[in-house]
Amino acid sequence: MANLHFELVTPEKLVRSDDVYMVVVPGTEGDFGVLAGHAPFMSTIRDAELSIYASEGAEAEIITVQGGFAEVNEKGLTVLAEAVS
Amino acid sequence: MASLKELKDRIGSVKSTQKITKAKKMVAAAKLRRAQMAAEAARPYATEMAKVMGSLAGKVTVDENSPKLLAGTGKDQTHLIVVATSDRGLCGGFNANIVKAARVKAEALTNEGKTVLFYMVGRKGIPVIKRAYPDQIIKHYDTSVVKAPGFEEAKAIAADLTEMVEDGKFDVAHLFYSKFKSALVQEPTRQQIIPVAIEALEGAGSDAAVEYEPDEEEILTELLPRNLTTQVFGALLENNAGEQGASMTAMENATRNAGDLIDNLTIIYNRSRQAAITTELIEIIAGAEAL
Repeated sequence: MANLHFELVTPEKLVRSDDVYMVVVPGTEGDFGVLAGHAPFMSTIRDAELSIYASEGAEAEIITVQGGFAEVNEKGLTVLAEAVS
Repeated sequence: MASLKELKDRIGSVKSTQKITKAKKMVAAAKLRRAQMAAEAARPYATEMAKVMGSLAGKVTVDENSPKLLAGTGKDQTHLIVVATSDRGLCGGFNANIVKAARVKAEALTNEGKTVLFYMVGRKGIPVIKRAYPDQIIKHYDTSVVKAPGFEEAKAIAADLTEMVEDGKFDVAHLFYSKFKSALVQEPTRQQIIPVAIEALEGAGSDAAVEYEPDEEEILTELLPRNLTTQVFGALLENNAGEQGASMTAMENATRNAGDLIDNLTIIYNRSRQAAITTELIEIIAGAEAL
């Protein structure tokens, strides 16, 4: 299966721009996992951890994000966060 | 003609001025690179934000319950002009150009019978605006305490503006800043920030049924202040880069002028020195001949 194009952007810079297997995003109304070919979707996110899985079954890479939203479109997943750590 | 001593002092003073302008030019050049990088790094976020705003705003119907940041207050009477300038001088016409653009707009609005208020960001614009519109500055946001304006400052300014529009202190807000084109060219720019100016994005309508969580309006309410912050942040960064660019160019010119001045003065100095020697010689020869 094709990989998911994932971008993590903050006002200061483009933090990540990668092709990954799956990203679990902490949405305001609950976490959701995004794989390639996800239906168009948009959600605000809460201050929590975002997990990136580079490949199937791989160890998750954790990034803490604060405030912002996530958008899924045909090109992939874009997370706009106010701050990351 | 000035005496030799005077000329010498004059050359010395111009030389030390040249040293200062040269140093300032190099500092500006170093800062410019950093500021330019910061401005460029911020662009992806702003582009994304604008894209999302565009596609969202098209889906939400505007009524009197819509957030004020999107729909405005329904009136068009009081205009707030946000003028973003730098805190330091020595950058040529950079600040003057921004302020001039703001004043032209203010004048046009006043002539239409609108009330104009000013919100100043940065120190350098204040004296001019104060002279022209003594009682119309409602606030000065001081950026001189931080080294370079960052996202925190933008957030504070955006929060200020949001609060004021909620209180009905103004109806429309314009942001004046300088767009960074290159180190040589900065363009004073006006941007309407409240109510938000949505650019019609082609292709935005082609989106398949997008699911929203929570619903569109809640996301939009959440998004609007962020969008405002992003716009202010972008303006601050552009301004910062522009200031350094303008400063570099101005100091480059000043250094060159000082160099020209030194050359001219040196020629005059040498000439008067030779003239003095010649006169002295003539006097000696004339004295010897008289004997």
